[in-house]
Amino acid sequence: MSEVGIEVAPLPASTKRGSAWAAPAGAIGRSRERLGWLLILPSLVVVVIVALFPLFETFRLSLTNTRLASAREPRFVGFANYEALLAATSPFWGALRNTLEFTIASVALETILGMIVALVIHSNFKGRGMVRAAILVPWAIPTVVSASMWQWMYHDVFGVINDLLVNRLHILDQKVAWLANPATALPAIIAVDVWKTTPFMALLLLAGLQVIPGDVYEASTVDGANKWQQFWQITLPLIRPALLVALIFRTLDAFRVFDVIYVMKGEASETISLAVLARRELIGNAKLGAGSAISVLIFLCIAALVVLYTRMVRVEEL
Amino acid sequence: MHDSSSTIARLMAETLTGNLSRRQVFRRAAALGVSAPLVSMLMRAGAAAAQESGAANTIPAPDQLADLGLPDLSGKEISIILGADGPVAPWEEAAVQTFSDVTGCKVTRIAGPESATERLAQYQQLLAAQSSDVDVMTIDVIWPGILASHAVDLTDAMKANKSTYFERIVQNNTVNGILVGIPWYTDAGILYYRTDLLEKYGIENPPATWDDLETAAQTIIDGERAENPDFQGFVWQGGAYEGLTCNALEWQVSNGGGVIVEEDLTVSVNNPQAIASFERARGWVGGISPEGVTTYKEEDARGVWQAGNAAFMRNWPYAYSLGQDPDSVIANKFDVTLVPKGDGDGAQHADCLGGWQMMVSKYSKAPEAATELARFMCSAPIQKAFAIDQSRLPTIPDLYDDADILEANPFFGRLKDVFLGGAVARPSTVTADLYNEVSTAYFTAVNEILTGQAEAAPRVEQLAKEIEGIVAEL
Repeated sequence: MSEVGIEVAPLPASTKRGSAWAAPAGAIGRSRERLGWLLILPSLVVVVIVALFPLFETFRLSLTNTRLASAREPRFVGFANYEALLAATSPFWGALRNTLEFTIASVALETILGMIVALVIHSNFKGRGMVRAAILVPWAIPTVVSASMWQWMYHDVFGVINDLLVNRLHILDQKVAWLANPATALPAIIAVDVWKTTPFMALLLLAGLQVIPGDVYEASTVDGANKWQQFWQITLPLIRPALLVALIFRTLDAFRVFDVIYVMKGEASETISLAVLARRELIGNAKLGAGSAISVLIFLCIAALVVLYTRMVRVEEL
Repeated sequence: MHDSSSTIARLMAETLTGNLSRRQVFRRAAALGVSAPLVSMLMRAGAAAAQESGAANTIPAPDQLADLGLPDLSGKEISIILGADGPVAPWEEAAVQTFSDVTGCKVTRIAGPESATERLAQYQQLLAAQSSDVDVMTIDVIWPGILASHAVDLTDAMKANKSTYFERIVQNNTVNGILVGIPWYTDAGILYYRTDLLEKYGIENPPATWDDLETAAQTIIDGERAENPDFQGFVWQGGAYEGLTCNALEWQVSNGGGVIVEEDLTVSVNNPQAIASFERARGWVGGISPEGVTTYKEEDARGVWQAGNAAFMRNWPYAYSLGQDPDSVIANKFDVTLVPKGDGDGAQHADCLGGWQMMVSKYSKAPEAATELARFMCSAPIQKAFAIDQSRLPTIPDLYDDADILEANPFFGRLKDVFLGGAVARPSTVTADLYNEVSTAYFTAVNEILTGQAEAAPRVEQLAKEIEGIVAEL
């Protein structure tokens, strides 16, 4: 009987001898293994309670037609909730499209603007500390508050944006109902998210910029590189890891967008996101089954995004 | 000696009227050498007096309520969820206190969330857990169907009040023969119009039909826009939420287009009159109504209206007293009437029914005491005080002829007809716990039509299929 601890020593037996990976054999090995399990047990319990259990419970609910506070007996319905969600006329597709548009547009804009802001506040100028602090103000305001604030600013009759564009700058002939017009509603909401989250992006990128050693730039200047070449050949490759981490954070966050859309447009079809749709089914309609099915689909989409991004990071590392 | 005692008397008088702060009372009492127990007595009396003046009310004294025949409930303890903490809270506290004084029952008032959606979610969680923490709850007019399985039948309790309640509301609150809630106060959609502008443009009567309203609004816009480019003809609630269900239901019923889901559960929404009424409303957007109206809720509409920027508004009665506030630019320049009707077969005035009811949870540990409290809150004397003090519309028709109520709220008299005739209930009782789904499908579709994302006829056809799928579960 081999006494190799399989869980902690996954190497083939042939490489065992002389390898630091091999677990010690015999009674000492067993007790060390037990200690190992004991030590990670608390974290395992926490993971099971806060992550795995809700996940499985959500998945289980999504296969039933459970309703909140209803006299109806919940029934197992198989994949009926998913079938209904993925049907051609289901609101799911509109919500998915809105969510993807929101995610792609907001993350792309935030990355570009965040990069510009980071480069500016990275350079040396008078009052840099002040500017760095000031730039964080939009990020510090709670989303519900800033969304309500922008809602009033976008107002078609007495909003400040219309007043500015029509009465002061004379760029537009007549006032636009930014949030009511289906063509401008989602872009208007994306603009609010960009306004709010660009500082966060800038901060993450600034951290990346600060670890690039200054002598690399000095050397390239000696070699005759101009600022433009320095950016593309030095800055960008060197902050790529920071950039990817920031992108992962923002994409996952944007894909679950709820508050800014819910406050500004409620459940209107032209802007509803997957998270707002899930709330509508779970809380509004008290359909725990259908709502859980949406939650599971959001989970799967996010899992796919994470796999995609981690692949990209790994490719970078090789 | 004489001097000192008269100063103390003056101090007491001023404290009792609430003119002095606690700190002032304390300082002056100390200067006069008043003993500590007397100071604390003064403070308590001052606080009580201040609270009383803050909650000025006409709730009858306990000895005047003998007619209600409330039993002795000494030793019982119950709790009731009433409105959110706000200007009405002291009044509610006083009403509940009166009940305690009469019956000896200890009542705890719990403030509910302000948002109706949040409140429903909270109730559903409480009731799903079969919690006995709350005995009496105030429920929206669209919830009896949703909450019926958790309610005590209040038919006998309502009869014990010996008042006739509005038949339509009682019908709405009755699910499978059980009275889920006693009507407490009511609400209805009404049309607000600017009397000064109608006069200025020679329009004699407030609009009775939608055609009249469109013509009048256009005339007034044409005149007013020269000076005020932001002026709007007609504002209402077009955002994708429950308020749009109320507005759109009024349009289609007033046009003879049915009530979405009829009593026998047939889905009637896909009919030419209903479609025509949605197309008409689509025509208002960007015309007599601002383009942004498709995102408006009650307060957005009132914002435009109360700034003097609209000729007509569809809203609930709460906007009346706010508009008559002395600071309001439209005070004494407006009046209310029924929501206009359409043309063609079956056209009628239709005003969407709102309002709140008192329900008793069947998980209550003291259901008799809870039932008595619900009955008391909805009784004629308390409703009368609620109408006079807080402008809430009574659910008892006779109260609309009451001279005291009419003196406090002159427009109530005209609303009696609304509740007797024109008030239209949303199909919440017949669709029971699926109402919210039906309403969500409905306002989503209508909002898409209003914003031009969908054509009325095909979208309504699809909507009918959606609603049929929902009610098939019943």
